[in-house]
Amino acid sequence: MSRNDASPQSDAADARRAELRRALAGVLPPSCLLFDAEQTAPFECDGLSAFRQAPLAVALPQTEAQVREVLHSCRRLNVPVVARGAGTGLSGGAMPSADGLVLSLAKLNRILDIDPVACTARVEPGVRNLAVSDAAAAFGLYYAPDPSSQIACSIGGNVAENSGGVHCLKYGLTVHNVLGVRGYTIDGEEVVLGGAALDTPGLDLLALAIGSEGLLMIVTEVTLRLIPKPKVAQVVMASFDDVVKAGDAIAAIIAAGIIPAGLEMMDRKATAAVEPFVRAGYDLGAAAILLAESDGTAEEVGDEIAGIERVLQAAGATRCTVSRSEAERLRFWSGRKNAFPAAGRVSPDYYCMDGTIPRKHLGHMLRAIEAMERKYALRCMNVFHAGDGNLHPLILFDAHREGEWDRADRFGADILELCVELGGTITGEHGVGIEKIGSMCVQFAATEREVFFGIKRAFDPAGLLNPGKAIPTLARCAEYGRMHVHDGQLAFAELPRF
Amino acid sequence: MEATLARLRERIAAAVAARTPLRPRGGGTKDFYAETLAGDVLDTREHHGILAYEPSELVITARCGTPLAEIEDALARQGQFLPFEPPAFGGEATIGGVIAAGLSGPRRASVGAARDFVLGAHLLDAHGDVLRFGGQVMKNVAGFDVARLLCGSLGVLGLITQVSLKVLPRPREEISLRFECGAVQALTMFQRWRAQPLPVSATCWHDGAAVARLSGSSSALRTACAALGGTPMNEADARAWWSSLREQTLDFFRNDETPLWRLSLPATASLDRSGGELIEWSGALRWLRSDAPAREIRALADALGGTAMLWRGARSASMFHPLAEVQRELHRRLKRQFDPHGVFSPGRMNEGW
Ligand SMILES: Cc1cc2nc3c(=O)[nH]c(=O)nc-3n(C[C@H](O)[C@H](O)[C@H](O)COP(=O)(O)OP(=O)(O)OC[C@H]3O[C@@H](n4cnc5c(N)ncnc54)[C@H](O)[C@@H]3O)c2cc1C
Repeated sequence: MSRNDASPQSDAADARRAELRRALAGVLPPSCLLFDAEQTAPFECDGLSAFRQAPLAVALPQTEAQVREVLHSCRRLNVPVVARGAGTGLSGGAMPSADGLVLSLAKLNRILDIDPVACTARVEPGVRNLAVSDAAAAFGLYYAPDPSSQIACSIGGNVAENSGGVHCLKYGLTVHNVLGVRGYTIDGEEVVLGGAALDTPGLDLLALAIGSEGLLMIVTEVTLRLIPKPKVAQVVMASFDDVVKAGDAIAAIIAAGIIPAGLEMMDRKATAAVEPFVRAGYDLGAAAILLAESDGTAEEVGDEIAGIERVLQAAGATRCTVSRSEAERLRFWSGRKNAFPAAGRVSPDYYCMDGTIPRKHLGHMLRAIEAMERKYALRCMNVFHAGDGNLHPLILFDAHREGEWDRADRFGADILELCVELGGTITGEHGVGIEKIGSMCVQFAATEREVFFGIKRAFDPAGLLNPGKAIPTLARCAEYGRMHVHDGQLAFAELPRF
Repeated sequence: MEATLARLRERIAAAVAARTPLRPRGGGTKDFYAETLAGDVLDTREHHGILAYEPSELVITARCGTPLAEIEDALARQGQFLPFEPPAFGGEATIGGVIAAGLSGPRRASVGAARDFVLGAHLLDAHGDVLRFGGQVMKNVAGFDVARLLCGSLGVLGLITQVSLKVLPRPREEISLRFECGAVQALTMFQRWRAQPLPVSATCWHDGAAVARLSGSSSALRTACAALGGTPMNEADARAWWSSLREQTLDFFRNDETPLWRLSLPATASLDRSGGELIEWSGALRWLRSDAPAREIRALADALGGTAMLWRGARSASMFHPLAEVQRELHRRLKRQFDPHGVFSPGRMNEGW
């Protein structure tokens, strides 16, 4: 595991901290500045707690003007800045720089405006994802992207990671649901990208800003698209006696012209792990189960569910159950949503991957993972956002057993390499951060990585925003990424995991 | 490397060596869509062909010079389509041009823009390198989203040599409803619909009538029709009408004597001030014929929270709405990173580079 324990206790660090303290004291009230180790400790890592680093200081501005002033000071003093939302990221994107400031946007948490006519919400970056839908509910509207961390994660973090959820197949990712952002460059200059109008002139810089992992600008305001809440939702749960058949069934649904609101898959190891503690009613005899959701008006859902059932039967489903009530629908989903904690129950440690592949290779990938289980003598349970081809294989291991972590590490690296080989990607929704910085070298050639650095330089010539993340230098191109969970010590253990 | 790609690469290398500008061009149907046109034409049409298309993956990958019509035919045979309904503006349109222009048609307000369907792109840059961004999968957050940045880049960053696009099943059924009404009433109606779960896939108001297109399952359309009212249009007429809107062959778009302005505004912007004569995208796109000074029209768009493009007609001012200074500087820097010698389509998007 690469772990960075260097603590900035040197004299030079002390001097820098003192200098920063003087500068920020003129900008922020004392309650919004943390310098002592005990106070900054909670900011040492994000949801990927294996990667930690103490920062020089933490700033928690309350206004946009303060954000700009903090950036001005850091630019002047040449201090790196790592933005932080709720700290639920799973790739170490918000892990501090040893010589840098953590800029928490958590106190910028106001919903500025919900416009029920335009169907938009204007929010500060620290607003929690679910809070937007809660506030919009009064108007029959909601914000579609629903990462399973949505009770906790911030809109600013969602924008920085281009986060997804179980409903992206039909409703898109963050990039499809954000109309505009406002923010500041490290030079403290205001940047407005996109907005309430649908077309804006010039290059699509909004597309660059979304998913930029805090490397290009600090986002201080986001305009979101809200959509009307569907009247009805129902889910079909289907069993298959063979994983390849289940994979083919997914292709068959889409080939039939149906785009379900959610389309998920779990293999037998995953259902066996979750069933004892959620009692979702999964068919434990099945090699894999699929969950296919339909939403819309009652008529649409009726037609679509019938269509999905027909396709699944024809594709060889051994069992097909349709939820008959909202409670039952939620129960069918509960197992899927609790797959990560379940992994933590059946194994001392697990390692979650986040690759994406073309759907047609799902069966092939599952077979390959079975072969890898034998090769590395480790078990792996599979939960997939199957409709999107986004995989979350959970490799089970015990870090206390000699050599197991190394085997899990190589197992994961094999999966990611196979994702790239099959025409996919090393990360579908969790981001590169610090975790997958090595795997970026597998996916991108040096010339392509140089373009990423070029974009970084255009926004941040001094290289002060989240340095060392997301894009590997040539020197870094020797490592592969990983998510390592030790003894269940994953932050936010109470949240369901995808 | 394919021979056609190698030839494009040689042309670029030669242009860079001689510092002579180049202008990537497919069918030339969007030549009008430019601040200025400069440079030797780099014709992409030789580099054509669909590279991969599997309907169940919902992705099509094609070389830049592939005719849009060829792609739409291939999709139609499988009951699928490009949901953003790109305007072709002529049979010669290529997919590379469609993506480089980044224009979207009537369905834009309900399903998204061209950029929302871009999954991946290859870029042949000024160094002669073929760079691959994004891919052929639905979810991909590795690296900055350069594939989407290329959508609408008008060839100023380099040559897009191939693209992968997300496609969708065609709606099972469509029906268009006509409502005799004024523009204000139409906008109010569009607004009411937007906040409800209705299968409205496109709207337009022009010349005393609003038209709404509904797309979806027959049962959903039945319910929606009952709720909305209006007069159903004959199916063939409706199809032809939406196509003439998308391709701008309606009479309204034809007269080029008075400048035609394209205003991109918040959908709720007030009408009396925008004076839109043809309204699309539920109010977010308004077309205006006006001799008023560009300065005035732009100030109006600014005040309404949008921008104004001088779409067609005598060019008394820049085509594109000017960018804020910080944005302009970001554009300049990005341009330098991608195209340090300023070889690609200089002046097409912005005066000076
Ligand atoms: C239990 C659990 C379940 C999860 N499920 C999902 C899921 O289903 N789908 C999914 O996509 N992800 C999921 N995630 C990952 C995570 O929740 C998302 O990536 C989320 O968007 C991060 O938001 P955050 O506010 O916690 O950001 P942080 O972790 O604080 O930061 C993430 C990145 O954003 C940058 N950043 C934050 N705010 C700003 C800002 N205002 N301006 C610029 N940069 C900023 C940071 O520098 C960092 O690089 C899950 C995580 C957990 C712990």
